[in-house]
Amino acid sequence: MIPAAFEYYRASSVDEALALMQQHGEDAKVLAGGHSLVPAMKLRLATPEKLIDIGGISGLQGIQDRGDHIAIGALTTHWQLESSDLVQQKASALSQAAGAIGDVQVRNRGTIGGALAHADPAADYPGAILALNATLVIRGSGGERTVAASGFFTGLWETAVQDGELLTEIRIPTDAANANSCYLKFPQPASRYPYVGCAVAMTTSGGTCSDVRVGFSGVGESAFRDSGVENAMRGQAVSEASAKFAGDQATNGRSVLSDWSVSEEYRRAMAKVFAKRALLQVGR
Amino acid sequence: MQVTMTVNGASFTSDVESRTLLVQHLRDNLNLTGTHVGCDTSSCGACTIVVNGEAVKSCTLLAVQCNGAEITTIEGLASNNALHPIQEGFREKHGLQCGFCTPGMIMASWQLLERNPNPSDGEIRHALEGNFCRCTGYDNIVKAVQWAAQNS
Ligand SMILES: Cc1cc2nc3c(=O)[nH]c(=O)nc-3n(C[C@H](O)[C@H](O)[C@H](O)COP(=O)(O)OP(=O)(O)OC[C@H]3O[C@@H](n4cnc5c(N)ncnc54)[C@H](O)[C@@H]3O)c2cc1C
Ligand code: FES
Ligand code: FES
Repeated sequence: MIPAAFEYYRASSVDEALALMQQHGEDAKVLAGGHSLVPAMKLRLATPEKLIDIGGISGLQGIQDRGDHIAIGALTTHWQLESSDLVQQKASALSQAAGAIGDVQVRNRGTIGGALAHADPAADYPGAILALNATLVIRGSGGERTVAASGFFTGLWETAVQDGELLTEIRIPTDAANANSCYLKFPQPASRYPYVGCAVAMTTSGGTCSDVRVGFSGVGESAFRDSGVENAMRGQAVSEASAKFAGDQATNGRSVLSDWSVSEEYRRAMAKVFAKRALLQVGR
Repeated sequence: MQVTMTVNGASFTSDVESRTLLVQHLRDNLNLTGTHVGCDTSSCGACTIVVNGEAVKSCTLLAVQCNGAEITTIEGLASNNALHPIQEGFREKHGLQCGFCTPGMIMASWQLLERNPNPSDGEIRHALEGNFCRCTGYDNIVKAVQWAAQNS
């Protein structure tokens, strides 16, 4: 399977990429790792007339410790996040989500920026990004703006990144909850995308949950924070019973995806189970 | 578009259509047919090669994305007529039957041993999750990688 023909442009800086995007407008698509876009182009589900390859922009690569937050360039690969000591220690949920994506070869090539901008309802990162309370940095020809994770995922395949803009950086606060976070995944056995992915970041004091953030991937049309679980857990001593009660609030009042392999009912039930397990994992 | 890449130590400059997949370029333009195409949908790992030190699925990359890259394919592993220890391991432990998945398995195993020279059984299986074999049942592949780890 070969993609439809397109014109290829290689950008060596963010400014050059933005200029090319402005010049070519709607005909152009940005190419990062290509591990969502190239398969879609091979199936002719995507037929962009022009591709602007940002994969070689060195300014969009790497992980930096900036004291109160970790700054992650949009082109940082899943493998780099999975294997980073800093991310493992300060944002475990993110490194666990990265390590749970696809397989080694996919993780070597795919980027966090591409995965977040693509906003596949079954993508792993979004739930983790929400639980970690990340901030996303977006650049357009008009300059730079930041968007909180809570406002980033706007719908099915939709994010706050507008036409002509690039996601450039992901900032993860280095707070106590993020250092005590996890991501648990129930993967579809063939595709390995999650049926359910649950990320939890929690602070505890003397065995009691003082604060908690819970994010889900793969469950709804877009990733979401689950305040039902959070409210039921906050202030409670963490135990099998309290985690089960809080986990049982998961997805309440929300619509949940169903597909050929998993019914809505089953996915909802698994969301509750994985919420409980994740709460217990970081709460003990 | 013009692309230049170093493949198994030799530099190649070619004019390719921008939509050319890397695996097509290797097989059809550079005649390196050791890299196989199984699923053509990023799932089976038969097309695995190493680009700039990282194992990737060459059916899911465009040749133009690899301009300037350093590439190793299965043809580049042996040196001076001596098989690479991973190749030797697959022979020694019967890690293949039909052999279709083998080039990809070996390149993915190369990546594993590069990052983790003494992997456990479980670590080998985890590292080869992106590579499918329809013949062996995987057990002998795991033994082959263990053999390579012990003999390299
Ligand atoms: C076999 C296989 C298994 C996979 N399994 C999983 C899985 O289990 N879980 C999971 O979450 N994902 C999975 N993926 C998807 C993978 O994580 C992709 O790497 C990711 O979704 C896209 O990242 P990319 O860098 O490859 O982006 P690309 O494919 O290059 O781009 C994806 C989209 O985002 C846009 N884009 C890219 N970068 C930017 C940017 N910086 N700013 C604005 N727009 C941008 C592109 O225009 C395109 O529309 C899998 C992929 C494959 C091939
Ligand atoms: S042919 Fe590339 S993964 Fe199957
Ligand atoms: S040996 Fe036949 S597919 Fe693996």
